[in-house]
Amino acid sequence: MPVIDRHKADKAGDALFKGVSYFFALLVIVLMALIFVVLFKESLLSIRAFGFKFIYTSVWDPVAGEFGALPAIWGTIVSSIIAIVIAVPVSLGIAIFLTEMAPKGLKGPIGTAIELLASIPSIIYGMWGLFIFAPLLSEYVEPYMVDYLGFIPLFNGAPLGIGMLPAGFILAIMIIPFISSVSRDIFQMVPPILKESGYGVGATRWEVIRKVVLPYTRSGIIGAVILGLGRALGETMAVTFLIGNSHRISLALLDPATSISATLANEFTEAVEDLYLSSLVELGLILFVITFIVLALAKLLIGRFSYKGGNL
Amino acid sequence: MDAQSFHYMRRKFYNLLALSVSVLSAGFGIFFLFWILKDVISFGLPALNGSFFTELPAPPGAEGGGLANAIFGTILITVVATVIGVPSGILAGTYLSEYGRKSRVASVVRFVSDILVSAPSIVVGVFVYALLVKPFGGFSAIAGAVALSIIMLPVVIRTSEEMLKLVPDATREAALALGAPHWKVTVHVVYRGALRGITTGVMLAVARVSGETAPLLFTSFNNSFWNFDMSEPTATLTVTIFNYAMGPYEDWHQKAWGGAFLITAIVLCVTLLSRLIVRRKAA
Repeated sequence: MPVIDRHKADKAGDALFKGVSYFFALLVIVLMALIFVVLFKESLLSIRAFGFKFIYTSVWDPVAGEFGALPAIWGTIVSSIIAIVIAVPVSLGIAIFLTEMAPKGLKGPIGTAIELLASIPSIIYGMWGLFIFAPLLSEYVEPYMVDYLGFIPLFNGAPLGIGMLPAGFILAIMIIPFISSVSRDIFQMVPPILKESGYGVGATRWEVIRKVVLPYTRSGIIGAVILGLGRALGETMAVTFLIGNSHRISLALLDPATSISATLANEFTEAVEDLYLSSLVELGLILFVITFIVLALAKLLIGRFSYKGGNL
Repeated sequence: MDAQSFHYMRRKFYNLLALSVSVLSAGFGIFFLFWILKDVISFGLPALNGSFFTELPAPPGAEGGGLANAIFGTILITVVATVIGVPSGILAGTYLSEYGRKSRVASVVRFVSDILVSAPSIVVGVFVYALLVKPFGGFSAIAGAVALSIIMLPVVIRTSEEMLKLVPDATREAALALGAPHWKVTVHVVYRGALRGITTGVMLAVARVSGETAPLLFTSFNNSFWNFDMSEPTATLTVTIFNYAMGPYEDWHQKAWGGAFLITAIVLCVTLLSRLIVRRKAA
């Protein structure tokens, strides 16, 4: 082939390859926009019918065709907060253990074990929660909780083993691996020289962690926690098995409740009327908007530590 | 005891306390891992037998039967999702690492894919329902595969970008200096250098989506029979586990444990395998 032709072919190949890869990169942005547009379009019927009332009313009556999302939104937020409250101290403990304390021989296996916990599909957590954990709770834990802590309205309700608190607990078990492996990566970004100067002036290990490592990584750790929150908000299967699917708002955390994702998982295929379906899609849109904001925030906070996202 | 040594003791005490708490929390995490694994094995393994892998589900309430169609459905949908998701993800990752780099478009793509990685998978299910199920008049295997590929896409993009970036620029320059066009450099030099890393990332992404349930509930739906038609509803292991575990029959619960064991074993093996590959590379 003459040199000049080959040069042309190379140029065409370059343009083609660049064009194709550019197309697929743009596709991701288009996809994200499309998700918003399609969800919005499909929920228009419900938006027109209920307006903002959808968000702050709590009647969910498919037979009468009346839909208010408050119990689902409440359940999504409360179960995620429970999960965060349990998961954050534990995850930070794990991350500190892995970066600052574990002997070299243990670091690898324990880190791997924690990451394996992250790779177990969420339906396994849900199923295990329903068949193993819930009966244990309802027999050995919740009755005592009601007896001894029942004077606090939060720790009251029916000791069924199924409800807001069990769902939040399983969620916590699910997000612990995420938060701890992200925080471990962030802790490892602390320049050794900073820690060494702490040890050099005689600080104990805990003092170095509290006064050097944590302040240095603060915004990254907050980002990791918010990342965990984002996961918890959108988690479906674990919650669906354990939350009890009741469209009621109750302060008692042992009572059955519902969440946006659980409502979708349970009711979507049963929704035959257009308005019902459209209300469910609007729930999905609300969930997507909430998680988008939360995850964007996490990304901005973690970005400073050049953590390269995802793939846990 | 003088004040100074008291102060010293107190610092030692807090040190010990904090360190014990962090050991305990690591123990807490590992305790639950083994507890869950123990139950999945001890309930799941006895449920596996010949008919579990070869027979169709028995009618509700009847004993026996198997989940052969669901196992096949999971494989079918995951393979189709991989065929859609992996090439497009690698190409988008190529753009980020070889062309876009620090451009504005590239940083928007990174931002969007980082959000999509953690976006609720059930919303992806709702999206695909509105896009492919409702307009085309029914649940289908292809809708399920598209939903899974959307979940896979951002993971593949980000890992392939990371892996491509590990190839040193000097290698690219060496190939370019020999007169190779940019695309040939990318395909023959950069891809080859990053092959192992990208393979690992793809394996992790495939393992992750094969355990997904939420996006399949209203895309591929379910089916009690064999289905080889991409435009028909198809049973998958995860959706079957969900339906059986929520159902009233003891036999269903056993089958659900069997399915749970199978899917957990596959996902954990793939994850471990890919970690071994990464470690060997590092060594």
